[in-house]
Amino acid sequence: MNAQRPLVEVRDLKMHFPIHSGLLRRQTGAVKAVDGVTFDIYEGETLGLVGESGCGKSTCGRAVLRLYDLTSGEVVVDGRAIGTESQGSLRRMRTTMQMVFQDPQACLNPRMTVGAIIGEPLDEHTDWPRKKKRARVEELMDQVGLNRAFLNRYPHEFSGGQRQRIGIARALALKPKFIVCDEPIAALDVSIQAQVVNLLEELQDELGLTYLFISHDLSMVRHIADRVAVMYLGKVVELAPRDALYDEPLHPYTEALLSAVPEPDPAMAGRKRERIVLKGDVPSPANPPAGCNFCTRCPKVMEVCHRIDPAFREVRPGHFAACHLNDPRYGPEHSESAEPTAPEATRTQHGGTR
Amino acid sequence: MPAGDARPVLEVRDLRTVFQTRGGEVHAVNSVSFDVKPGELLGVVGESGSGKSVTMMSLVGLLPMPPAEVRGGEVLLDGEDLLKVSPARLRDVRGGEVGFIFQDPMTSLNPVFTVGFQIIEPIRRHMGLNKRQARERAVELLELVGIPGARGRLSDYPHQFSGGMRQRVMIAIALACDPKVLIADEPTTALDVTIQAQILEIVEDLRARLGMAIVWITHDLGVVAGIADRVMVMYGGQVVEHAPVHPLFNDPRHPYTRALLRTIPTVTGARADKLQVIEGQPPMLGAAPSACPFRDRCPLAFDRCHAENPLREVVAPNHDVACFHPLAHTAKEAVA
Ligand SMILES: Nc1ncnc2c1ncn2[C@@H]1O[C@H](COP(=O)(O)OP(=O)(O)OP(=O)(O)O)[C@@H](O)[C@H]1O
Ligand SMILES: Nc1ncnc2c1ncn2[C@@H]1O[C@H](COP(=O)(O)OP(=O)(O)OP(=O)(O)O)[C@@H](O)[C@H]1O
Ligand SMILES: [Mg+2]
Ligand SMILES: [Mg+2]
Repeated sequence: MNAQRPLVEVRDLKMHFPIHSGLLRRQTGAVKAVDGVTFDIYEGETLGLVGESGCGKSTCGRAVLRLYDLTSGEVVVDGRAIGTESQGSLRRMRTTMQMVFQDPQACLNPRMTVGAIIGEPLDEHTDWPRKKKRARVEELMDQVGLNRAFLNRYPHEFSGGQRQRIGIARALALKPKFIVCDEPIAALDVSIQAQVVNLLEELQDELGLTYLFISHDLSMVRHIADRVAVMYLGKVVELAPRDALYDEPLHPYTEALLSAVPEPDPAMAGRKRERIVLKGDVPSPANPPAGCNFCTRCPKVMEVCHRIDPAFREVRPGHFAACHLNDPRYGPEHSESAEPTAPEATRTQHGGTR
Repeated sequence: MPAGDARPVLEVRDLRTVFQTRGGEVHAVNSVSFDVKPGELLGVVGESGSGKSVTMMSLVGLLPMPPAEVRGGEVLLDGEDLLKVSPARLRDVRGGEVGFIFQDPMTSLNPVFTVGFQIIEPIRRHMGLNKRQARERAVELLELVGIPGARGRLSDYPHQFSGGMRQRVMIAIALACDPKVLIADEPTTALDVTIQAQILEIVEDLRARLGMAIVWITHDLGVVAGIADRVMVMYGGQVVEHAPVHPLFNDPRHPYTRALLRTIPTVTGARADKLQVIEGQPPMLGAAPSACPFRDRCPLAFDRCHAENPLREVVAPNHDVACFHPLAHTAKEAVA
């Protein structure tokens, strides 16, 4: 926000998952879940990461924390390059960076009580006496709106939303500097969503936390994020300060996303609203189309889009987008037929450094 | 749209479900009643932990017993009480006449079987298709819910799918056998708005074309406002308000419903500094209710609310509310 020091720097990050097929299970291709993304997250800010299901948001978040071995690219956290560091030496850094997982089930050991789950990071990384740990666990439960009386219950005895909050409490236990929140509130009702979001914001003010906030809930992202990155099929297609993104989206995909938000307008309730549904094939990340990844569904597609992958450019100060419409050579006011093509094709890796 | 006088395909009366835990009983569902007609969509909203999932899982025997116990009530599917039928018949109903989309896709998809197997198997069992036909139908279904490259992904395992893709696989499985009743428990929480819109289109189409009755649990009030015919609001294991969608949003009567509607952020208009929350803790549900479950958080609570549990009372056509306060029984125009 005011201090513009990047806490996290991500450069041309790629995370490809091999596809094996045939009798011999040979590698025959790769799912390009994250295919070259570049962004910074400033200290104390919240960067929202939005985009369609399957576009690579979770993979990106996990890769930034090095929960995977990267295919290529670099990640710098707090001045330290961790792109190729071994998992062993990363362990000590785990106290400063944490993750709230999308699937609460994935991180909750069914044989441990809730108290033990939330306190586990404290057991692992502190030598506090039992009483102090217990007090901290209770404090965390209060903060996320879980009744302390449930301390000795097991995860399956909770509702979906309650389980999600167990994961949040656990991630907060060590007061980390940087938290990747992967859909932390998707399973919660609006009041508890608000409670959790308010909590995340309070902690940010108090402790100067930095968040990568992954969500498909555009209204919640508008509330919590300082800047927002929009992902489509493994790439960041737009990145801008919040208000600029919501008021003046530069990428047609962002426009489509914003237009599809269902709004609970009481005056409209009961009447059916016009929904804009993107038409066209959703390409597979194993086999992205030639040219721009969005060309198969873009309502404003031009001829050039099928040939050339648009570069990720700073169109206005701080407002980045990867779309030919913003390129004076191809944009709407120009006829595209007379344009040269060859040199651009080699410069297509979006995300030059910023 | 449902014909006003059609008979309900699913009728639930006075359902009560209790869990035995080491810490004592948890009364998760307390005298819940509702019904759905063919082609109708009933939205279910309510606080986290209010018993939405447990209610629906009780209907078709999806809860492990023990610790769960359905203490009473009737669940009539076309007149047949599902609480009384044999386990074999219940297995037939599940995934056949009643499709169920679970809230947590990872717990309901089996990690050791491929996604393809998990869709194809129920299609073969319930629809009597052969392997090839079932496979084709599986591909068709995955394409319908927008999984790119569907054919090539049948041999993938659930962990190779993203959160939202797993949820869509669940939706495909639930729709596989053209159920009469679809119970969808937070089916679109992991989905972005565009795919959500696509799923909502499919659902609209299915209920218009096949007359599928749908129970749609969600905390997304925007979705409810757009697709539901009627809405039921749950709090502390009970139905506290039930109304057609328009009055529910425009003339909510229960203090919880009113508070809930005030908590929603938007993508347009002014951006609030702090989001609204409903102060206080949800009830513990340790015993059958003997007072209003919302009393400790309710701005309108008075003596009677602490002494007696309000029953649902009709306050307007098709609109009922469980609240003693006179405001709950006064229409909005009359107040203003
Ligand atoms: N196996 C269990 N043992 C004990 N209590 C349980 C069990 N399963 C659920 N509960 C309790 O029953 C209550 C209702 O849970 P349910 O899952 O129906 O909530 P929900 O309304 O679906 O909430 P959410 O919106 O968070 O999914 C909760 O308070 C929960 O803690
Ligand atoms: N372990 C894996 N092996 C193979 N493919 C994977 C693996 N993990 C993810 N993928 C694939 O990578 C792509 C991106 O997945 P990811 O989970 O990052 O999506 P997402 O943006 O988080 O979506 P959602 O909003 O649905 O959670 C998907 O096509 C997914 O199938
Ligand atoms: Mg994800
Ligand atoms: Mg639930």
